[in-house]
Amino acid sequence: MLGWEFPPHISGGLGTACHGIVQALSRADVDVLFVIPRARGDEDAGRARVLGANQIPVEERTPLAPRRVRRLHAEIVDRDESIEVEVDLAEGGSTEPMSSADPEFDVGATEVVHFGRDEVRRVETRAIDSLLSPYLDARGYRERLLAAARLERRTAARASGGPTWSAGAMRQGSGEVRAAIDGLAAGPRVFVHPPASNARSSPSSSSDVGTANSTTATVVSSTAVSSTAASPTVTKPTVTKPTAASPTVASPTAPAHQSVRMWIEEADVPVPDHVTKRLLDFSGSYGGDLFGEVARYALAVESLARRESFDVIHAHDWMAVPAGVAAKRASGKKLVFHVHALEHDRSGDRPNERVRGIEQLGLDEADIVVCVSHYTKGILKRHYRVDDSKLRVVHNALTQRERREQVHAVKPLDEPIVLFLGRITAQKGPEYFLEAAVRVARVRPDVKFVVAGSGDRLGSTIELAAKLGLARNTHFTGFLAGADVERMYAMADVYVMPSVSEPFGIAPLEAMALDVPVIVSRQSGVSEVLRSALKVDYWDVQGIAEKILAVLAYPELSRTLQDEGKVEALAMRWDAPAAKLKDAYTSLAGVP
Amino acid sequence: MTDVVVYFQVHQPFRLRRYTFFDIGTSEAYFDDGENERIVRRVAERCYVPMNKLVRRLIESHDGAFRVAYSISGTALEQMERWAPEALASFQDLARTGCVEILGETSHHSLCALSDLDEFRDQVRAQADRVENLFGRRPVTFRNTELVIDERIAAVAHELGFTAMLGEGADHLLGWRSAHHLYWPRGTPAMRLLLRDYLRSDDIAFRFSNRTWEEWPLSAERFAKWIHEAPADHACVNLFMDYETFGEHQWEETGIFRFFEGMPAAILAHERFRFRTPGEVAAEREPTIEMSIPRPVSWADAERDVTAWLGNPMQRAANEALFALLPAVRALTAAGDTAPRETWRKLSTSDHLYYMCTKWFSDGDVHKYFSPYATPHDAFIAFMNVVDDFGRRAKRAAAAIGAASTTSPTHEAT
Repeated sequence: MLGWEFPPHISGGLGTACHGIVQALSRADVDVLFVIPRARGDEDAGRARVLGANQIPVEERTPLAPRRVRRLHAEIVDRDESIEVEVDLAEGGSTEPMSSADPEFDVGATEVVHFGRDEVRRVETRAIDSLLSPYLDARGYRERLLAAARLERRTAARASGGPTWSAGAMRQGSGEVRAAIDGLAAGPRVFVHPPASNARSSPSSSSDVGTANSTTATVVSSTAVSSTAASPTVTKPTVTKPTAASPTVASPTAPAHQSVRMWIEEADVPVPDHVTKRLLDFSGSYGGDLFGEVARYALAVESLARRESFDVIHAHDWMAVPAGVAAKRASGKKLVFHVHALEHDRSGDRPNERVRGIEQLGLDEADIVVCVSHYTKGILKRHYRVDDSKLRVVHNALTQRERREQVHAVKPLDEPIVLFLGRITAQKGPEYFLEAAVRVARVRPDVKFVVAGSGDRLGSTIELAAKLGLARNTHFTGFLAGADVERMYAMADVYVMPSVSEPFGIAPLEAMALDVPVIVSRQSGVSEVLRSALKVDYWDVQGIAEKILAVLAYPELSRTLQDEGKVEALAMRWDAPAAKLKDAYTSLAGVP
Repeated sequence: MTDVVVYFQVHQPFRLRRYTFFDIGTSEAYFDDGENERIVRRVAERCYVPMNKLVRRLIESHDGAFRVAYSISGTALEQMERWAPEALASFQDLARTGCVEILGETSHHSLCALSDLDEFRDQVRAQADRVENLFGRRPVTFRNTELVIDERIAAVAHELGFTAMLGEGADHLLGWRSAHHLYWPRGTPAMRLLLRDYLRSDDIAFRFSNRTWEEWPLSAERFAKWIHEAPADHACVNLFMDYETFGEHQWEETGIFRFFEGMPAAILAHERFRFRTPGEVAAEREPTIEMSIPRPVSWADAERDVTAWLGNPMQRAANEALFALLPAVRALTAAGDTAPRETWRKLSTSDHLYYMCTKWFSDGDVHKYFSPYATPHDAFIAFMNVVDDFGRRAKRAAAAIGAASTTSPTHEAT
């Protein structure tokens, strides 16, 4: 499940709804993994898991060019024997030098040879042709000479038993390799190729060690370049090159002199993408770089979708659409797009086209579109051309947290209080509240109007109040949170939600749960489900005023709205909507 | 023999217009005459006129063996006089056949029996006068608004000259007994009480057009077969329903007229059954046993009580506010100004309270169907605004004529 808000840190209408959905789905035995942009670890998810996109390592894959490999082929003319050496022309592979396990044999060695970048970069070579090495002094040389003599004796003794290993380490420049190759081409040297199974070193070293007693002979062996190559690249396990001087001839029947044909061929070997993992940065809010954050969120969720196992993707509102679509493409699972609010609600006929476009993407890609009201469903059909068969209406409900009992608050003022509480934006219709207030104030000058909340229309709303002559009757509280919201509701005699376009609107339910009579605009989803509420068109300011006056004038009306409203609000649990969502999941996932 | 008693209720309220808080003190136009005219014309066209024609034909074709009873509220009579005179004429026409009994009720389809028995007596007398005047016979059978009855109401009805009355065959009233017998209400042994067979009545009134009902589509023969199941010792099967069942609640397309057309013949096909009007049953039969009705019983909702009208605080407050104005209205009437009384009585029509019902989950949908308001709260607001304005005017006028409008309410509390 993908959403931008989850309590306690961001808990607007969206977060509150997501919270209720997740908890109820858990009760209905649906496992939920909820991904928010930024998790702080204290999210109240119950049995569900909440994960921050900031906690998801995102794989960054860099496609790499194929590895260019140079293969050295040597073929002994007139004999069915050949040798093949792979020489990697690109970077990679193990750079771990091989070392001898037995210092006694540390005469020649397997060594990684480094070359210039554009040439052969590395070749594993076993060369035993010289006792010289850097930093060797006279004494050292004498010892080596003795050791070599011992080795030679021992080798001779084993000649009848099979090939003999010798190893030594030395660095060679490219010139020396070429020299070795030239030497090879020139012919009269001994090559011994033991079977691959005799490899004494790591599997990556594929094993061919040549031995020579000649100080100038070079044994070239093949080695697997790629550290992942399990099989030796030697196509034929043995190549022998007879030499008159050596007793270690693998094939005693070989003629003393033979010519060797050699060539080098180049080939491309595919290389897996280069993968790095890192965590992306999220603010977890609706800040300045919202679109960037939405894109990063999608990256993180796509990465998660590749490794997590799940049945259905459920994305809430446009911010989660790119992530939902990415997850759908990465996993092949079906997508549910849950519409809590539309750009159409927020901005009417002048939408942010970018947001509008993302919404349309979500509506087009989703397999099921869940809308929070028939009101929203109507907008989706009219303005977004969504096919009816995809649309499901699932109304919101109240979570446990909002259903808490009212703490009996003190009413410090004698005057009746009419409350507007919500964001002060065009969508919420604060000016209609004030226009209605003027009409009420003419009849009931004692009534106080409270505008609680903040938003981009706060300034102009205050100015309008002054202009309408309501300055002394109207109070602006600014943004309220937590217990202050509750206290404000408790002080109110009637709550008015004159929203111009409200997909659902949970606030009236909260007010009702706190014993406040409510008047809601018919242009809200919540008005579809409410029975114990007065309903009026937002533009009908006279009608709003009439209803405010009626609630203030007739205590039985107020009492009925309070008593039955509370019962109604408290009965609106998330379980029924969650069951509808579960049905939707089941139909998409094909699980019983 | 078992008598089959068919009674139809004919009623139209004077609906209020959207009378707002701002109208108080400025407008006396309480009623939505345009809407009331539109509805009574529509119902007359769809139901009253064609159904009366059909009943007339059935009476003639059965040579008097088919008989029915009507109760027509005073408000419906007034609306027909004003806006659908042809419908009223066809009712008068039916009454002249001798096979149709017109019952008595309150003049304004009110529940004042529950709040003020003096007003109740006045309204019942006024209606009896009107029925006698329009249909040529003073009614002998009483049916109270929404079949609301209790022992007290029965006693008052008897005192007013009625010999029979109708009631609901509610389970909690009958217990193991059958609605197919004639009873007398405890305390009024001379009164005959006919109780509605709600199963058979609602087969026609509610279930007939319900396509999910296992008996759909119901034929006259099948229905008659159920009626014929009544044992020989059963006195009467009472089919009581709103007349608007035919053509208005259930459209002609449902086949309701064709069903009704075939019903009398199907029932009379069994020689043990015959049609009688309530007055005839009461005159011809002796009651079997006393019926105790300590609390008011009605034919509405699952509860069969009066909570559809007086169940919530709004309804009770509205009712109290209205009856609190009765002394002033009486004072004005005594002084010769009868217009306020007529307005007050139109406000006493039970429908206004019914619209305020908040019994959502069981019968709320039925209430909503009959309500001109979007919500019960809107109904309450409009009614209270009107009562507020009407009260101001009545009290002012009463004060002007020097009457004691400030005396405490004299209506009998219940």
